[in-house]
Parts: sequence; C-alpha cells; structure tokens
Amino acid sequence: MNPKRKNRLILVLLILTGTGLAVALGTMALKENIQYYLSPMEVKAGKAPPNHSFRLAGLVGVGSVKREKDGLTTHFDITDNVETITVTYTGILPDLFREGQGIVATGKLTDGTHFRAEEVLAKHDETYMPPPVQDALDKAEASKAQDKASGAMTQ
Amino acid sequence: MNIWKSVMKFIYHFASPKHFYRISGKMIPWLGWLAAILLVVGSIDGLFFAPVDYQQGDSYRIIFIHVPAAWMSMFIYMVMATAGAIGLIWKIKLADVIASSSAPIGAAFTFLALVTGAIWGKPMWGAWWVWDARLTSELILLFLYLGYMALESAIEDPRAATRACAILAIVGVINIPIIHYSVEWWNTLHQGATVTKFDKPSIHISMLIPLLLMAIGFKLYYASVVLVRARNKVLYNEQNNRWVKEIVQANA
Repeated sequence: MNPKRKNRLILVLLILTGTGLAVALGTMALKENIQYYLSPMEVKAGKAPPNHSFRLAGLVGVGSVKREKDGLTTHFDITDNVETITVTYTGILPDLFREGQGIVATGKLTDGTHFRAEEVLAKHDETYMPPPVQDALDKAEASKAQDKASGAMTQ
Repeated sequence: MNIWKSVMKFIYHFASPKHFYRISGKMIPWLGWLAAILLVVGSIDGLFFAPVDYQQGDSYRIIFIHVPAAWMSMFIYMVMATAGAIGLIWKIKLADVIASSSAPIGAAFTFLALVTGAIWGKPMWGAWWVWDARLTSELILLFLYLGYMALESAIEDPRAATRACAILAIVGVINIPIIHYSVEWWNTLHQGATVTKFDKPSIHISMLIPLLLMAIGFKLYYASVVLVRARNKVLYNEQNNRWVKEIVQANA
C-alpha cells in the first residue's frame, strides 16, 4: 500500500478509535441517566430520587390487581420477583396491561413501598408467536414435556 | 502482494465510471423486479397468512415494515460510512458517489422506522414516543443523515464536500453499535432483539418468513434505487467525457 493511502487509513482508524473512546467514556459517565427505569430492587436499595418523579418497571404481580369502584383507580404490585412495590394509578391502562405483564410506571414514592403513578406504559417482550403455539407451550410445560415444546417452536 | 495488487486492479477497473454505468444499467431491472416481487409476496404473507400474535393480536403486523426499515436505516449508514472511508483512503470516486447517493434513502428508512414505531407504540406501550436509549439513538441516526445531506450541499467545492461528508459519516458510525446494543446495555422501554441475537430467534417460523422476505425485499429495493441515483451522479460528474456525450447524443 502506498504511504499516502496508509496515512489516510491510519487517520480513519484514529478517528474511529477517538470517537469510540469519547462516546464510551461519555455514556459510562451518564450510565445512571441513560437508564430508562429502575427495578423494585434498585428502589429498595435507595437508588430512587426522594420527592422526585422517576420510572419504575417490573412485572404486574399475579393476583394483585384491584380496581376501585370509580372504575379508573387501580392498585397493583410491581415486582422483579425479589422485591415488590405497590402502585396506585388513576387513568386508562394500556391494552397490554395484565397480570404478569412487564410495565413501566412514572411517578413518585409516597413511602418506602408505595408508589403513586401518573403514567403507566406496557413493555412487551421480543417473543412473537401465534396463540395455538402458546397454548401448546403452556400444556407442554404443565406436563413437563419440554422437548415437544421446543419442537413446536422450531418446527 | 501479487494477489492484493490484482484484486485492487480489478476493483479499480470495475469502479471506473464507464464500466459501472454499463453494468449497473443491466443490474437495476433485475434488482427492482426482484424487490417488487419479494415486497408484494412478503406483505401478503405478513398481512393475511401469518398468524396473530399471542399477546399483541393483529397489531404486531407492523413489524413487517418497522423491523426491516430499522435494519435498513443501520445497514445503509454502514454502507455510507464504509464507502466514505474507501473514497477517503483509496480515492475511488465511485465509493463517494455511492455514499452520497445512499444518504437520502437511509434518511427515508430511518424516518419510516421512527414513524411506524410511534404508530406501534401508541396502542401497545401507551405512548407515541419515549426518550429511552433505543429511540433516542435512532433519532440521532436521522439527524446524522440529515446533517450529512446538509453538509454536502453547504460546501460548494465538491471535493471538499466529499471529504467533510466522509469524515462525518465515519464519526457517526459509532452510533450504529449503540443503536443495536442500546436494549442490552441500558433499561429501555423498547424490547430486546428478536432475530439478530446469538440464540435462536424468538419468533415463530410462520412470522419469521414474511419478515425475512420483507427484509430482503427492502435490501434489493435499496440496491436498485442507490444504483439509479449513483448512475445519475456518475453521468453528471463525467459530463465532459466522450462516452457520456455519446450516450447523450444517442438518446437525444
């Protein structure tokens, strides 16, 4: 390779490593701020800002959803299967909201274990499959026939 | 070194404007028709034959546009940055032409990914837009494309513009791994990767097939459109050469 081209190649590689390093350092410094939400465990560990709005995410506790008579106010638990926080929310919940579903709630802590949400968003996972396969999977899991289930997934 | 030299010789020969103009003219109809067939078949399969999702029902079907568009937005940027670097280092003019022809197409795909994502986000998440790492880095990608196009037209000397744009494209390429890994590195509302992960894809085969058909269709569409644009640029850049004058006279 002729020296001119070699120099330009080195320049390009320097630009790449330079910006890469700068961005890596920048994002590492901002790591806490880039996090979109906290988990109940992190909240229990005292990472939540006091008297400040933040986002809390986890799974809706199975059997924890209670609706008040006004039809709009809902109480439910958000859990990461280690810690649990009780959430109160007044408003319309997204279509995907259900027990066991991942959600992100924006609001403030009222005390150590209670959270008053102003907004509730549903977080869906990256799995896409038709309902019959889901049924088959559930049945297979119930009867511990795991190999059959993975056979249905990959075909 | 001999092999390297003959490879470079071949590339320089293929990248000569006249050669490129002739060969790309033959490739475009094939690429275009194949893209059209794949997109029609993929859309019909995705919209009518793929089963509903166990959680999202019919709403998930927007992935057949959203996901390929998002892949294209990153793929085209990689092409643009690589072509820019090749143009910068080896001074192959065709690489610069490919880079600058790619920018508006990439911007269009990025815009499409953002818009379809918003349309999907409203019913599923409950919000059109959130400032999580995935959505924000994809928005930055749109600004990079727009910045590239603005920079190109702001500098009057074409050679200076090409160099500046190549450097911008190379600097911005750092955003691509950030977009891809944002869902792993940080907590995001956006879900993780479905297809492009080391595990087996967590999507049923009957939904994966139309998704891949659409993805290949989008790629071929890009290939045909970028060649059309690049041909126009080559003709314009080489307007003082005899072979271009012959083409113009033959078509006059």
